[in-house]
Amino acid sequence: MTVSKKIFLIKSVIHVIALGLLISQYYLAIGDQLGGDPVKAIIHFTGIGAFNLLLITLTVTPIAQRFKLGYLMQVRRLLGLYAFTYASCHLLSFIAFDLQFEWQLIIKEILERPYITIGMLAFLWLVPMAVTSIGVIKRKMKSRWQKLHYGNYIIVTLVAIHFYWSVKSELIEPGLYIVITFVLLWLRKDRIHKIFTK
Amino acid sequence: KLRSLAFEKATPGLDKLTPEQKVISHNNFYEFGAQKNQPAELSQSFNVNPWQLTISGEVEKPLTLDYDDLFKRFTLEERIYRLRCVETWSMVIPWIGFSLASLIKQAQPNSKAKYVAFETLYDPKQMSGQSNRRLGGGIDYPYKEGLRLDEAMNELSFLSVGLYGKTLPPQNGAPIRLVVPWKYGFKSIKSIVSIKLTDQMPPTTWNILAPHEYGFYANVNPTVAHPRWSQARERRITSGGLFAQNRIDTQMYNGYGEEVAHMYKGMDLNKYY
Repeated sequence: MTVSKKIFLIKSVIHVIALGLLISQYYLAIGDQLGGDPVKAIIHFTGIGAFNLLLITLTVTPIAQRFKLGYLMQVRRLLGLYAFTYASCHLLSFIAFDLQFEWQLIIKEILERPYITIGMLAFLWLVPMAVTSIGVIKRKMKSRWQKLHYGNYIIVTLVAIHFYWSVKSELIEPGLYIVITFVLLWLRKDRIHKIFTK
Repeated sequence: KLRSLAFEKATPGLDKLTPEQKVISHNNFYEFGAQKNQPAELSQSFNVNPWQLTISGEVEKPLTLDYDDLFKRFTLEERIYRLRCVETWSMVIPWIGFSLASLIKQAQPNSKAKYVAFETLYDPKQMSGQSNRRLGGGIDYPYKEGLRLDEAMNELSFLSVGLYGKTLPPQNGAPIRLVVPWKYGFKSIKSIVSIKLTDQMPPTTWNILAPHEYGFYANVNPTVAHPRWSQARERRITSGGLFAQNRIDTQMYNGYGEEVAHMYKGMDLNKYY
């Protein structure tokens, strides 16, 4: 198989899984087929989905380097954009279906609840990253593009804390996510060290 | 496996009932898993007969009720109560049971009795959340709750043995559970094996776990926010999917102020949350 065929195949799989799951979950939630409280279910699904996609995006580089599969790097943009899509759905579902557009309350919650504040910060950082994934913009930004996208390391840290702080008591799952996040960042410790010392 | 019960029917109120399917599939019962759908899935082989419920402590006549007593000792009546979860969702549920006061009176509390302590069954073999920390949400079992004696004797405090005309499904706290409708749902302890009258305020599970988030009283109060979310409004779970416009104002004492507010006169509710 040629490299371009392999990439096409991987990207197709990503589309089918990420988009397929998203559409099917919303379809079930709209039809009241997603448990007792479809609102909470969809917020949790899109939130954890966004986090999973961010972590998968961060796993691509170490795998590509370890197994000398350079072409894998080309799927990072798609994964990142799906992470952004899921994060947008997460935030929009919170605003539209949970708080049902009570803007005063929405703003108050974002400012006053630390776990929502840092979740919002992570999302706001994702926006320029998604916008600058457009090829033309990326080329124009030159080295500044890379600098902006190192922001991913901070985003994923914020998201890990957001998840950990959001739960009532069941800390094992968010704890596991923190460990995975830490490992993925540890693999890049030299680069991160450089970013902060330069 | 559920049986129909004979009971005095309640007159329907203004609140629309939460569909039975939702009442029995959306549960916080960490003994069978911390996800809302897990209790319904993981509790179906839970065996509630034989059962023993003891009433002990500062009483003249300690009692033990077995499984049949739960349904026969008192005339069963239906009560339609709003249930407000501390997580800001709510339901309207037709419970069947008897008042907690009628049971406590039979045990004859002595003059030292000031509080009532409740405990859920501890049986890790049957309750997988109790033997598996991941499933059980990391809380210490058995689950414990408590009320002040006057709260327990309030006419609204109810012991439920059924809902929607039938015995309780395991995920809703079979065979017998507490229902205290003016308090957040976690006070309404499930699958009770012990009711103990005490002279000291008993420790309660969520208060031990996160004391700044969950107080002993846990009265529904829209003016006192949970540290991580506002309690001013709630989403009423009825039918309808994502687009159900179901946000309503949370009422003080969940709308039962007339019956219960007098018990908290002069108390600083910001402090005793």
